[in-house]
Amino acid sequence: MSERIREKLQILADAAKYDVSCSSSGSRRKNKDQGLGNTGNGICHSYTEDGRCVSLLKILFSNVCIYDCAYCVSRRSNDVKRAAFTVQEVVDLTINFYRRNYIEGLFLSSGIFKSADYTMERMLQVVKKLRLEENFNGYIHLKTIPGASQEIITEAGLYVDRMSINLEMPTEAGLQQFAPEKSHAEVQKDLGIVRDRLIQLKDESKIIKSVPKFVPAGQTTQMVVGAHNETDQDIIMMADRHYKEFKLKRVYFSGYIPINAQEKALPAVGSAPPLLRENRLYQSDWLMRFYGFAAHELVDDQHPNLDLDVDPKLGWALRHPEAFPVDINRADYQLILRVPGIGVRSAQKIVQARRFGHIHIDQLKSMGVAYNRAQHFIRCADSPKFKKEPPAQQIRQQILQSGQSKYQQQLSPQLGFAF
Amino acid sequence: MATYCFDGTLTGLLCCVFRAFRFQEFDVHITANPQSQHGLFDEFIVVSSQDEQGQRVWQGLKQKIQPGSLRQFYLCFLSEQEQAFQHLFDFCIYVFQHGHAVDGNYGHPAVLGMAQWAKQVGREKHRMEAFVRFKKCQDGLFLSLVRPDFNVLPLIERHFKARYQDQRWLIYDEQRDYGIYYDLDDVHQVQMNARQLDLQLGSGHSQAFSIELDAEEFLYDQLWKDYFHSVNIQARQNMKLHIQYVPKRYWRYMNEKSL
Repeated sequence: MSERIREKLQILADAAKYDVSCSSSGSRRKNKDQGLGNTGNGICHSYTEDGRCVSLLKILFSNVCIYDCAYCVSRRSNDVKRAAFTVQEVVDLTINFYRRNYIEGLFLSSGIFKSADYTMERMLQVVKKLRLEENFNGYIHLKTIPGASQEIITEAGLYVDRMSINLEMPTEAGLQQFAPEKSHAEVQKDLGIVRDRLIQLKDESKIIKSVPKFVPAGQTTQMVVGAHNETDQDIIMMADRHYKEFKLKRVYFSGYIPINAQEKALPAVGSAPPLLRENRLYQSDWLMRFYGFAAHELVDDQHPNLDLDVDPKLGWALRHPEAFPVDINRADYQLILRVPGIGVRSAQKIVQARRFGHIHIDQLKSMGVAYNRAQHFIRCADSPKFKKEPPAQQIRQQILQSGQSKYQQQLSPQLGFAF
Repeated sequence: MATYCFDGTLTGLLCCVFRAFRFQEFDVHITANPQSQHGLFDEFIVVSSQDEQGQRVWQGLKQKIQPGSLRQFYLCFLSEQEQAFQHLFDFCIYVFQHGHAVDGNYGHPAVLGMAQWAKQVGREKHRMEAFVRFKKCQDGLFLSLVRPDFNVLPLIERHFKARYQDQRWLIYDEQRDYGIYYDLDDVHQVQMNARQLDLQLGSGHSQAFSIELDAEEFLYDQLWKDYFHSVNIQARQNMKLHIQYVPKRYWRYMNEKSL
C-alpha cells in the first residue's frame, strides 16, 4: 500500500511541478468550530533545490490526458508512467501534511481524462470533502479545466481560495502551433465566468448582509516563455490586458524547459531554460503592479524586448534622462519610486523621514537604498552642487562595471530569440 | 558616561529609561550582562526591575508612539541583543524628549536601528512559522524541537493556536529551554529535557527522537521527502539560492533535509 502511494505521489508531483504558482496569500479563511487550518498571509514552508518555494502540496489528480500539447510532459502521445489518485488519498495526504506543518494547503490540477466536466467534478469532490467533511480551512488552489461548464466552475468557487487557468502560450499563433486543441478564447471564457460571478457577488453584498465567500484570493494565469518566437512586448501586453480585463491577481511566467525529444519546433532537450529573460519579465510585472509603471513604458515598438543586461527599471530611467535627477527631499512619492535603487520600503521610509529634516547621503545608505545605483539619478541635501550629468550610455557602463550579474555564468543560447 | 545593567526583562529595560530621566543621564550604555566590560571611568549601575516604574514608562510610550512602533519595540526587545537594547533605550530617550511624534523619523539612528532589528526578529518569526516540523507521537501529541535565532515563541503562539485547534502540539525552544504547549484548550509554557528527547542534539545531525512515534509518522515523513525531491526541477538547479532561503542552521529540524 505505502509503496503504491509513494510511487503515485512521485509521478503526480513530478508532472505538476511545471506550474509555477505557489502563493498561498490573499485569502482570509479563518478557523471555525475548532477545525483545522487558518489562512493568512501565506507562508513558504520549504524551498526546493532550484530555489522555488514550496507552500502548497502541488499535485495532479491524474496525469492521463486526452490532449496532445507539444510542450507538456503528460500529453497523450508521450510514453510516461500514468497514475491517478483516489479522492480519499488526496484528502489524507493534504490533511496529514498540513497537520505536520509541511504545507499551507493544496494545489490541485489534473490531466483531462474523459471530458473536462468529468475531470472537474472529480476535483470538486476532493475540495468538498476537505471543506465539508474534514472542516479544513487551509488554502486550496484549484486549476480550472478548460471547457468545464459554468455550473461546476461557480460551485467550485464557493470552496476554493484561488482558481487559475493557464494561457500557456503568450500568442494565439504559438498556441495554434503547439496545442491546436486549445484556444485562448476558451481560457478567457472561463476566466470571465469567475470574474462575472465575483462582480455579481460584490454588487449583492451591498444589499444582502452576508454573501458567500467566492474565490477570495482571485484568479491567476501562467504563460510559457521561450518556446515560441514571441517578443517580450507580446508577453507583457498580454499580461497587462489580462490584469485589466479579468482582474487577475497574478500572471506567472515560466521559462520553457524542454521535455519532449520528438518535438523539433521547440528548443532541444538539454538546452538551458531562459532564466534571465524570465527574471526580467517578473521584474516588469512587479513594476506594473507595485511601482505604477504602465506596460507601454517598459516595452514599445522600438524596444520590443527587455534589455537583458540591465533591469527594466534602470532601462526606463536610462531612456528617460529628462525625468531625472529627482530631488529626494521634495519630489513626489511616485517619482522617488521610479529611481533605480530605491524600492517601495525605502521610498516609504524616505517620505516619512523627510518630514523631520533634510535627508543626507549616509541616511539613504542606512535606510537600505542601493546608493551606488541611485546616485546617478537623485539629489539630496549633501549632493555636490555642480555635478555634471553624464550621458545615459556612460551611466549604464558605470553601473554595469561596478557590479557583477549573478546570471553571467548561466547565460544560455536559448536567450537568443532567433531559432 | 554611565553603564546601566538590567536583568534582561522588558520591565528592567523600561526601568533604565525611568532612571535616566530621574537622574537626567541620557548618554548611557545599556547592558544585560553584569560581567560586561565597561570603561575605566564609567559608573556601573545595576538597575533593579520595578513593575510600577516599568508600567509608567510603558504607558508613556503607548501615548507617544503609534501601535505599529510599539510592536516594533517589542519585536526588537525579543532579539535579546545588546545592540538592540541600546537602540531601544536611545529610542525612548528620543521619543520622550520631543513633544511631537517622532517615531517615523527613520533618519534618526535609534528609530532606524529599532526598525531594522524588528525586521530581523519578524523574519525569524516568519521562518519559525514556516520551518517548524511536527512529528506525531504515539499519544497523539504533535511535537517539534527548534532553535530560533531570537526568542520568537511568544510571537508565533497566536499563529499556531489559530491554525491547529483540534490537535495537541508542543513547540520547544531547545536553546532557551522552554516550550509552548497547546492542550486543546489553551497554550501553556512548559519545560523539559530536550537533550534526552533528541539524541542528536549534541552532534548537530538531523533530529532523532527517542520517544515512540505514531504508526503512520514514518510513512508521511517519507512521503514528504519524496514530494520534496519530486517537485525539484533539475534543469533549474540553484543551490546558492536554496541555501539563502533555507539557511543550513535550520536543516537539523526540517525532515526533508538530512544532515
